[in-house]
Amino acid sequence: MDILNAVVAVLNFVVIPAASYGAQLALGALGVTLIYGILRFSNFAHGDTMAFGTAITILATWGLQALGISLGPLPTALLALPVGIAVTAIIVLATDRAVYRFYRVQKAVPIIFVMASVGVMFLMNGFTRLLIGVDEHRFADGARFIINVRDFRDMTGLAEGLAFKTTQGLSILMAVIVVWILFWFLNRTRSGKAMRAFSDNEDLALLSGIDPEKVVRMTWIIAAGLATIAGTLYGLDKAFKPFNYFQILLPIFAAAIVGGLGNPVGAIAGGFLVAFSEIAITYPWRKIAGYLFPDWQPDGLLQLLGTEYKFAVSFVILIVVLLFRPTGLFRGKSV
Amino acid sequence: MSTNRQAAAASHWRAPILFAILAVLFILEGTVRNGMFSGSWNTSLAILNMGLISAITALGVNMQWGYAGLFNVGVVGFFALGGLAPVLISTAPVEGAWQAGGPRMLIALATAVGTLALASMLWRHMPRGKLRGLALTALLIAGFVLYRGLFDPAVTAIESNNPARHGNIGGLGLPILLSWLAGGIFAAAAAWAVGKVALGLRSDYLAIATLGIGEIIIAVLKNEDWLARGVKNITAIPRPVPFEIQLQRNPEFMEFANSWGMAASTASGIWVKLCYMLLFLVVLLLLILLAELALKSPWGRMMRAIRDNETAAEAMGKDVTARHLQVFILGSAVIGIAGAMMITLDGLMAPVGYNPLRYTFLIWVMVIVGGSGNNWGAALGGVLIWFLWIKAEVWGPALIAFLTAPLPASSFKSGLLEGAAHMRFIAMGLVLLLVLRFAPRGLVPER
Repeated sequence: MDILNAVVAVLNFVVIPAASYGAQLALGALGVTLIYGILRFSNFAHGDTMAFGTAITILATWGLQALGISLGPLPTALLALPVGIAVTAIIVLATDRAVYRFYRVQKAVPIIFVMASVGVMFLMNGFTRLLIGVDEHRFADGARFIINVRDFRDMTGLAEGLAFKTTQGLSILMAVIVVWILFWFLNRTRSGKAMRAFSDNEDLALLSGIDPEKVVRMTWIIAAGLATIAGTLYGLDKAFKPFNYFQILLPIFAAAIVGGLGNPVGAIAGGFLVAFSEIAITYPWRKIAGYLFPDWQPDGLLQLLGTEYKFAVSFVILIVVLLFRPTGLFRGKSV
Repeated sequence: MSTNRQAAAASHWRAPILFAILAVLFILEGTVRNGMFSGSWNTSLAILNMGLISAITALGVNMQWGYAGLFNVGVVGFFALGGLAPVLISTAPVEGAWQAGGPRMLIALATAVGTLALASMLWRHMPRGKLRGLALTALLIAGFVLYRGLFDPAVTAIESNNPARHGNIGGLGLPILLSWLAGGIFAAAAAWAVGKVALGLRSDYLAIATLGIGEIIIAVLKNEDWLARGVKNITAIPRPVPFEIQLQRNPEFMEFANSWGMAASTASGIWVKLCYMLLFLVVLLLLILLAELALKSPWGRMMRAIRDNETAAEAMGKDVTARHLQVFILGSAVIGIAGAMMITLDGLMAPVGYNPLRYTFLIWVMVIVGGSGNNWGAALGGVLIWFLWIKAEVWGPALIAFLTAPLPASSFKSGLLEGAAHMRFIAMGLVLLLVLRFAPRGLVPER
């Protein structure tokens, strides 16, 4: 029984939160990695693009709620997502037209793009603050749990409870659907193939008549969609606070680099790797040790690192990858 | 930067004129009292002092960016780490803290560093293979367990020593000016660690790694109460200049203030700020002098050669990565010095205040606007942008109020007025993008 309790506790406190957080990171990292693959720079504005997309989605959600429209057990935000994606895509395309295209034509070095993306980040941050303020917003409605602690206990008779929040389930499900659509698009459609060709070898792609501007536009639209979905899921799961989206930039970059920048499969794997390590390392294992080794009374919480240092985990992963395999586990674009 | 340069040959008078305009702005702030300026010398000098610190930070960033093209996104971290120095070097020792856990803490930290050093040696000297990986993992795990075994009790011991007032390790009680140097050394050490890993790879990687180290340093300062009391803040950091209250009690100073026809409180405030201003100016000018000398030396020529064409410089036998590491460390040290100076000026260490938007990205705007690659430009950009940033807080809402004056009172209008505070970020982002695109060499271009 104790072993079962330990398994349930691990599921409840580590596996489920990490899986949903990993899904959110994976979607974020996919956006970063796609932009890197096509436009060849690390987009520092991605976190704030996520925040902006989420802010629009929240505004649309409030609008829908005011009209009395809801999705029953599912969060209304899902219905508002297309609005968020559309507005974000327009804004992102506008920034590309106004900012990045100039440097693309000039063939500027990547670091100039990075710096321009920092300027865009400032702008996005300001717009988000202007739209919705700096306060925390919770906008998840509908059913809170798929499985709640008490039902689980009654059902199984275990001492340990298990909660599976709707937003967690939704994160995982949405990530699966989005990734499936994205890969279908990249592998099966003409435009997707053009994108991959452009990412692999720009000159050859140009020679075979691929329109670079079209590829770039498509990439931005997809990245805006991914950012909005990832941001909304993250906001539904935790709470929406603009500054958190700046901080999530580090785990997202770590995930994209671990997987190999420019490699979509790698970004997904990286997202889950970062999320699982972050949560496993900051989780106090004392309770689980108590179930497994009832005779052992450890002094501390058996927590490898305090939760306030969760960013250090992404950082260490990043450093290890940079030291031993700078192109990432899945061989992304080389140096 | 090497790409998209403007047409060269800017006038020689450009920099002096811009500095003169800046001086006029501060004089206006000090003397004219209207909707735009406060008319208080205290305010004007307070803005100037913080502007000088920003200028020194911008100087450090300019060394990294302007000399070498290194993009540091963790300025706030190095700045904050420098700010730790006045706390650890110059505050009075805390009674009983050292006895409680000082040596244990030192041993713990030495264990951590030793483990990492051993691991790096082991990695280099053992032959490739599974055994090496296993040995490395075992060493790291053993080192971590040992470190936590030493570290945790030391933290508990130090933090339980008079927790209401102290609970931190305390300082050494050394002169505060010495701590500015120490701040530079702290930041340089962190820069060495980051640069060692992230330099020599793609240029974006340094940016991402510095972003990470910045966040981590702030997290450490917020959460390690034994170090600097975390979010409980450290106050009463010694200052290199007299206190206002001392001046107000000094009959000679009072006479002096009266002869100028000023109230005691105003005069003492101005006097203290002038003292700080002189100190900061000396540091700034000294740093600019050193930087200019370095830039004109063979070393400086080599740095510019590397920046403008890495491949060619490498072909000439220059060790690009090592030079980059060098300049990255130097630049970070300057940022650290500025960080220590700010904590001295504030007399308060409050880690919650370290916001990357303010301490990383605003500094970047200063460097780009001022003129990347030009030390005077960076200094000018630092003071100017800081002045505008502070004044935008007043001018922004005033502008919105003026523009919306004809509109009837409505939620839209009040929303706009509230949002004006956030306009600063949009304005700074716009300034950065516009300068980067239309005047990439900044106000005072590199010669």
